[in-house]
Amino acid sequence: MKKQSFETVVADHGPTVLRVCLAVLGPGEADDAWSETFLSAMKAYPDLPADANVEAWLVTIAHRKAVDVTRAAARRAIPVDEVPEACAAPGADARDLDLVEAMSKLPAKQKQAVAYHYLASLPYADVAAILGGTTDAARRASADGIAALRRSYPGITEPGTTASGITGEQR
Amino acid sequence: MNSPDVPGDLAQALAATPAHLTALHERLAAAAEVGGVLDIAYRTVDTPVGTLLLAATELGLVRVAYASENHYAVLQTLADRISPRILAAPTRLDATARELDEYFAGRRRSFDLALDWRLSAGFRATVLQHLATDVAYGQTATYGTVAQLAGNPKAVRAVGTACATNPLPVIVPCHRVVRSDGGMGGYLGGPDAKRTLLTLEATA
Repeated sequence: MKKQSFETVVADHGPTVLRVCLAVLGPGEADDAWSETFLSAMKAYPDLPADANVEAWLVTIAHRKAVDVTRAAARRAIPVDEVPEACAAPGADARDLDLVEAMSKLPAKQKQAVAYHYLASLPYADVAAILGGTTDAARRASADGIAALRRSYPGITEPGTTASGITGEQR
Repeated sequence: MNSPDVPGDLAQALAATPAHLTALHERLAAAAEVGGVLDIAYRTVDTPVGTLLLAATELGLVRVAYASENHYAVLQTLADRISPRILAAPTRLDATARELDEYFAGRRRSFDLALDWRLSAGFRATVLQHLATDVAYGQTATYGTVAQLAGNPKAVRAVGTACATNPLPVIVPCHRVVRSDGGMGGYLGGPDAKRTLLTLEATA
């Protein structure tokens, strides 16, 4: 099996990894985390087995970078009253902005579980491997996160039946 | 709104613009160059013989490819044979692009570029190196003459093969090799490209 050029890796996975960084870190730190992720990945790329799941590998690196960035930010620790400004795509409507803001307010574990499972399409077993803990815990964190996000939609005030808890992959 | 698509909406809300991704790509290419992990940088240039792919290692220009060679396939071959640490990163190829511009404008008769010869070996490499130094701008040589220059007068067919597999066309002037009966002979970039280059050099 042939290994693709790293340019192809960036083209294929760059947008998803950026979404993950935005979801987990917010706009202030996402660019730095993305850049450090791909630079680290490029260094290690020749040693990656040709049949490896490249996206899972990238998300694992992005997770470690995000943890580093968050720790560094905590050390700098300037308490602020507001959560960082929500960053949404240009042309995003009010509902998108609400959704992104709701995402930024989730507990870290839920935010990560939602990002890795729903934005990066990793099975819960892979999400659990990245986060530590069991596959069930990863599934629960993701379901709780989605339920909280659902409440940010206009007209929906209750968590309801959270169908998301059972629609996710059961792997 | 009975069943909002939360993950789908979230993915859409967090989609980056192409300009944002381009800026991140440029930042990565610059950091990879500084960090010594950019094994191969490439870009394309538009020329009178079509879009050329230019690729360089840290040692120098390693590949020039015609569009007819399929640039995607050429990059995959570079990944297989040299390193998969490849990025579109034009800076390393600025001098090459500038010299090609000058050449196609008729203002440059030889190239002053560092070349990485690792994609050619043996007799083929000998042939190409003689071509690069012994057959001047505006001149042509027959396959037989080039075989003599390379030290093996009988290896006329091998000269043809060396030209057909030249990893650095235009820069290493295999287009100046013609048939002894006056015919133009084949060319890896196609007969039109060969004619364009020979006409340019005859008239500039």
